Amino acid sequence: MDTDADIEASIRRRAFAFPHRHFLSVHGLSRPDAEQLLDLADAFVAVNRRADKKLGLLRGRTLVNLFFEASTRTMSSFELAAKRLGADTIAMSPRTSSMTKGETLIDTAVTLNAMRPDLLVVRHSASGAASLLAQKVSCSVVNAGDGWHEHPTQALLDALTLRRAFGKVEGLTVAICGDVMHSRVARSNVGFLQLLGARVRLVGPPTLMPPGVDRWGAEVFHDMRKGVAGVDVVMMLRLQLERMDGAFVPSTREYSRFFGLDAEMLAHAAPHVRVMHPGPMNRGVEIESGVADDPGVSLIQDQVEMGVAARMAVLASLAARLAEGVEV
Amino acid sequence: MAGRPTAFVNARMIDPESRYDGPGCLVVTEGVIADIARRPGLEGLSEDVRVVDCNGAMLAPGLIDLRVKTGEPGAEPKETLKSAARAAAAGGVTSMVLQPDTDPTIDDPAMVDFILRRARDIELVHVYAAGAATKGCEGQRMAELGLMREAGAVYFTDVDRPIVDSKVMGRVLRYAHAFGARVAHRPADPYLSAGAAATAGEFSGRLGLPSVPAVAERIMLERDLAMAELTGAALLVDQITTAGALESLRRARDRGVNVAATASINHLSFNELDIGDYRTFYRLDPPLRSEDDRQALVEAVASGLVEVIVSAHAPAPAEDKRLPFAEAAPGAVGLETLLPAILALHHDGRAPLLDLISAATLAPARLLGLRAGRLAAGAPADLVLCDIDAPVVIDADRLISKSKNSPFDGRRLQGQVLMTLVDGRVVHQAEQ
Repeated sequence: MDTDADIEASIRRRAFAFPHRHFLSVHGLSRPDAEQLLDLADAFVAVNRRADKKLGLLRGRTLVNLFFEASTRTMSSFELAAKRLGADTIAMSPRTSSMTKGETLIDTAVTLNAMRPDLLVVRHSASGAASLLAQKVSCSVVNAGDGWHEHPTQALLDALTLRRAFGKVEGLTVAICGDVMHSRVARSNVGFLQLLGARVRLVGPPTLMPPGVDRWGAEVFHDMRKGVAGVDVVMMLRLQLERMDGAFVPSTREYSRFFGLDAEMLAHAAPHVRVMHPGPMNRGVEIESGVADDPGVSLIQDQVEMGVAARMAVLASLAARLAEGVEV
Repeated sequence: MAGRPTAFVNARMIDPESRYDGPGCLVVTEGVIADIARRPGLEGLSEDVRVVDCNGAMLAPGLIDLRVKTGEPGAEPKETLKSAARAAAAGGVTSMVLQPDTDPTIDDPAMVDFILRRARDIELVHVYAAGAATKGCEGQRMAELGLMREAGAVYFTDVDRPIVDSKVMGRVLRYAHAFGARVAHRPADPYLSAGAAATAGEFSGRLGLPSVPAVAERIMLERDLAMAELTGAALLVDQITTAGALESLRRARDRGVNVAATASINHLSFNELDIGDYRTFYRLDPPLRSEDDRQALVEAVASGLVEVIVSAHAPAPAEDKRLPFAEAAPGAVGLETLLPAILALHHDGRAPLLDLISAATLAPARLLGLRAGRLAAGAPADLVLCDIDAPVVIDADRLISKSKNSPFDGRRLQGQVLMTLVDGRVVHQAEQ
C-alpha cells in the first residue's frame, strides 16, 4: 500500500493540462491524451480508497451540475468527484429551475455563466446540446450525456475499469450488445476503445442499429451467440422498456430470449470473459442477475467506483488548463 | 423613371425564352419592354431616353420564386410581407408566391384577397398567393379551391404537411385541375419522416440524430405520380431532393404524366455534412441529403428534368434556431442569396447560365401563366441587372430579412445585384 505522500506525489507527476477547453466527445482526443487521463484516473482510485479522500486541486473552483435529464448516478458521481477535489458544487435540474417556464437551454446556461462557474457539467436529452452550450459560455463544459450522441466520461471510466482488470485495453475484443441506435454510451465507447487499440463488435437486432453502422470500423452481429463468441468483454447496454413493446423489438421476453445475457450465452465468450453494464440494469431483461452479481465475472460495481476517479481526472485536467490561464 | 423611357445598353443579355445569351440592349417604356436588340447599343434613340450603361453586367428577367414564407399573418416578428418584399427586391426576385401555412391559414377566398391586398399596398415586387389544398392544411377536408382560384390563388398546397390520405389527394388533384390550377405536394412518407432532423446515413448515425431514410421521398412521390396519372391532373413536386425520387420523376415524365418539379437552392448547394457540429442553420425540411443526391439534383436541373429552382425562403428567428439541432425550427431564409447561389452552380461549371436563369424565371412564369420571366417586347419590365463575377461574402446580420437564418452566412459567392426593376420601376439599386 502506498503512503499518502506517495499517492499525492504520483498525482502531481501525472497531472497535466488538458489540451482542450471542454470535454464534449471522445472524438478529437489523441491516444496520448487518453492514456494520460487514464493514468491520472488510476492515481485517483488510490485516493478514493483512503480514509481522507479530500484533495485541493480544485480548491476555490465552482462546478455546476446542470442536468436536464434525471440521472442520480452520474450526477452524484460528478458531485463526489468535484467535492473530493475541493470544489464547490451546486446542482440544477429543470424541475427546480425556470426551464419549465419556457426559458431556453441557452438562456439558462448564459445565466449560470454570469455567476462565473469554472466547470459546467451538462446532461441533456438532445444530441449536440453540450456542444451548443460550450459555444455560449466562457467556462469549461463537460458532456455528461447528450441525447443519443456521446457520454465521454462513461467511455473513460469503462476503459479505466478494463485497464485495471486486464492490464491494458489494447488487443481486447469487446462486444457491445443491445440498443446501439439510441445509445450515447455505445457511441463514446466505440470511439474510445478503438482509440486505445481494442477491437469492437456491435451486437443487437437490426432495428436497434444506427444507420451507417457498417462504417464505424466495428464488426456488426445480429446473432448474439456469434457476436460474443470468444470475446474478452461483454458490455451490455440498457434498453428502454418502452422500446420493447413492438416498436423496435416485439416484446420483452423475445428480446431477452435472443439478446439477453445469461450464463449460457456467456459460455460462448472467452473463458476469462468479464461483463460490464453502464446501469441502471433491467435485470431479467438484458442481463440475468446470476451474471450481473457474479463477482468472478461482473465488473459492474468496479465501473461505479471507477466513475468517480475518471471524472476526477477530467475535472482536474480541465482545471489545470484553467490555472495555466490558457483561456479566460 | 416614370414616363421617361430608359435604355439599358452594353448588357450581357439573357433571355431564356429565345435562349439568347449575348450582347444586347433594351428599352423600357411605361413599365414594359418596348424594344430589344441583340447588339450592345441602339441607334437613333431620342434625346428624351435615359441611358443606363450596363458595362457588360448581366441583364435578365427578374427571378420568380414559387416558394416563399413570411410571418404574415400570425408571426410578424419572423418576417413581414414588407421585409420579405424588400429582401426579394435586393435579391433580384421580382415575383414571389406566398405559402398558405400562415396563422390563420390561407384556406378561403377572403384570406387570399386579404393577403393580396396587403401585398399590393407595399408596391415593391409582385406578390402571388398559393392557397391551402385542404382546410387548415390538415389534409382532411378540401379547401374552397374554386373560390380561392377566383380570388387569385395561383396554385394549391399544404406546404410542409403531406396529404396522407390518398383519397383526399386524388380529389384535390382532380378538383383543382378543373379550375386550371396545379397542386404542389412535398413528397415525404409521414411515418418514416416523423420526428426526423436529418437524413439516415453514416453521418446522422454518428451524430445521434433522429433520421429519415432518403426513400421516404420516393415512396410518397410514387403515390403522387400514380394519383396524377390516374386523374390526369397537374402535379407540382415541391422540393425534390433525392436521386431515387428523380428516377421516379423521370419514368413518370416518360409516361406523359403532367408533372413539374422544383428544387430548393439549399439542396442544390449543401449536403448533410454541412450540418457539421450541429449547426442549426442547416436544419432544413426536407433535411440535407448525401453529396450523391445533391449532384443528381444539380444534374436534373441542368438537364431540365427539374424545371424550377426555388429559394424555399423560411424565416426563423434566433430563438427558434438557438436550440439543440433536433429541437430547432427547420428552414432557411433565401430571397437575398438565391441569385448568387444559382450563379455559384454556374461558376462551378455545373450548368449553363442560361439554363439556370431559366429555372428561376421562365419556367416558373410558365407554370403560373405569367407574361414575365422573359425579355421580349411587350413583356413586363421585371428585370435584374447583376455583376455575376463580383465577389460577395454573405453576412447574415446584414440581410434585410427580419430573420437571419441563412446557411450561406460567411460563404464567399459571386454575383452582386446592381439594380432590380418591377414594371419598369427601380425597386432596388446597389450602393455605389
